[in-house]
Amino acid sequence: MSNVLEFHDVRLAFAGVKAIDGVSFEVGEKELFAIIGPNGAGKTSIFNVLSGVYRPQTGRVTFNGVDLIGKRPHRIAELGLARTFQNVELFSNLTVLENLMLGRHHHLHYGSLAAIAWWGRAKRQEIENRQRVEEIVDFLELEQWRKVPVGLLPYGVQKRVELGRALAMEPKLLLLDEPVAGMNLEETEDMARYILDIRDELHLPMILVEHDMGLVMDLADRVMVVDFGQPVATGIPADIQHHPEVIRAYLGVSN
Amino acid sequence: MKNRPLLYTSYAGEMGLLNTRAKQLSVGLMILVALVLPFVLDDQWLSLLAICAATAIGAIGLGLVTGYAGQVSLGHAFFIGIGTFTAAVLSGDPNGRTLGFGITNMLIWLPAAGLVALVAGIIVAPLATRLRGLYLAIVTLGLVVIGEHIFAEWSDVTGGLGVGRPPATLDVAGYHVGVTDSVGTKDQKAYWLMLILLVVFALAARNLARSKVGRAFTAIRDRDIAAGVIGVNLPRYKTIAFAISSFYAGCAGALLYPLIGFIEPGSFNLGMSVLYVAMVLIGGAGTISGAIAGAFFITLLPTLTRQLMPLLPFISESSDRIPNLLQLQTILYGVLIIGFLIFEPRGLFGIWIRIRSYWKSWPFSY
Repeated sequence: MSNVLEFHDVRLAFAGVKAIDGVSFEVGEKELFAIIGPNGAGKTSIFNVLSGVYRPQTGRVTFNGVDLIGKRPHRIAELGLARTFQNVELFSNLTVLENLMLGRHHHLHYGSLAAIAWWGRAKRQEIENRQRVEEIVDFLELEQWRKVPVGLLPYGVQKRVELGRALAMEPKLLLLDEPVAGMNLEETEDMARYILDIRDELHLPMILVEHDMGLVMDLADRVMVVDFGQPVATGIPADIQHHPEVIRAYLGVSN
Repeated sequence: MKNRPLLYTSYAGEMGLLNTRAKQLSVGLMILVALVLPFVLDDQWLSLLAICAATAIGAIGLGLVTGYAGQVSLGHAFFIGIGTFTAAVLSGDPNGRTLGFGITNMLIWLPAAGLVALVAGIIVAPLATRLRGLYLAIVTLGLVVIGEHIFAEWSDVTGGLGVGRPPATLDVAGYHVGVTDSVGTKDQKAYWLMLILLVVFALAARNLARSKVGRAFTAIRDRDIAAGVIGVNLPRYKTIAFAISSFYAGCAGALLYPLIGFIEPGSFNLGMSVLYVAMVLIGGAGTISGAIAGAFFITLLPTLTRQLMPLLPFISESSDRIPNLLQLQTILYGVLIIGFLIFEPRGLFGIWIRIRSYWKSWPFSY
């Protein structure tokens, strides 16, 4: 099984603070890889390195054989890496449909002049991609909110729209940053079902950052634990739950 | 089907510009009113409406870069100036006091004015890709100051401060719009021409706004980091926003001054930029119709206040008395901007949305 993503010995520091300190992992095809750790452990920083928002000082990140470090975020998006954000980062004045269409951005190949005329290629591609967006609306059951500005939607639905926007990009790897943070049990279970559907129907490899241990242990194929930017342990959920270093990172040690 | 106006059977139908009955009716009504106006109003008003239409083209341009893409630009007057002088130089008298090439055809000088301004916009755009918010506003303010200096000093082209030069000639492929003939008076013809051009420019901007380009603009405005992560090339789209906005500004300047009849190089100053920002804000940022409404509103405001003068006898028309008309107008601009920002940040367009939702939900309050 070849790896979709290889993250090798990455170090990222802000002034003296070591956000990521020598983390390595790889994600295989169709794998659901989870990253857990206490607050401030560097989980979101790993995502920001992957999506090109931060540039690490050292290390190597390859995605389907392409080096990601130093690439602009939009180039990385075009390579097929999509993500959601911990705090919902939707375009709140735009409707659900427009947000999803923005996910299709790099699948629309026409220039500004064609857009001004709204004829031929521009119109045809808009309609084609609108159809693709409709499949996602269907998949995530967003029908009733199509034309509602996302700023007006409940939080749980916004999280789902953000997942939809990432799916609209037709990614080859999906990064989910706390997809169920702040959700109640019912919403969490809905989201878990969507994540499983994505794996089973779309066969997408995913990296999941989450604090909900029940969700992580139920869904993930492998789990990596980080603490203070350093890797603590990597393994299957059953092993990780009983790993002494992991228990120490989460609960501390008694003298 | 007839009784279900919101049932769409094709994506093309749903994505159309006039996709509801109400939009079709209201646009039809507006066209009808525009067609009837020349037969009802006298030439003075028609001339004013033509100026409004030309101004609206410029406001749409600023609306694209500031309202849609969220890049606050105080440099709009600079681009308007570039377009104005490009058109004036191209169509100017070759033997005149100022530089001129004698190409009077509007079909040549109008695109040229837009393109020269567009190139200037692209040259300035790298600033916008590195700065945002207030910093960008300050840098574009610098642009206006530089522009003012160039326009004042380069008297071969601009005629010099306080002297000025004649603007471009309104001549469409050999047909003179600027003179009265058997077709109509010069103001009637100018009204028609500006109206048609405004519709063309507004449609183009509306199409751009609903395309991937317009969506990318709004994405940059709302959350630029997220926009980058989902695949929007930020520097590219900021450059496009500035380029198209400058093109509109250039065309607006080129069209506006032939209606006024004279170019004063000192008029392309911060005051003009602020006036355009006011149009976008009062009309409603992030909408094309808002920019048009704002341009008409701000341009008509001085005339309307003058019409109201008999109701306010304590305000003097002469500028050496206090309080006078000019002061009233200046205060009114300020009050309107503050009032709109506090009470209706979505501008005139927001007021329209409120009326619309009231009628939609009537007789219920929501």
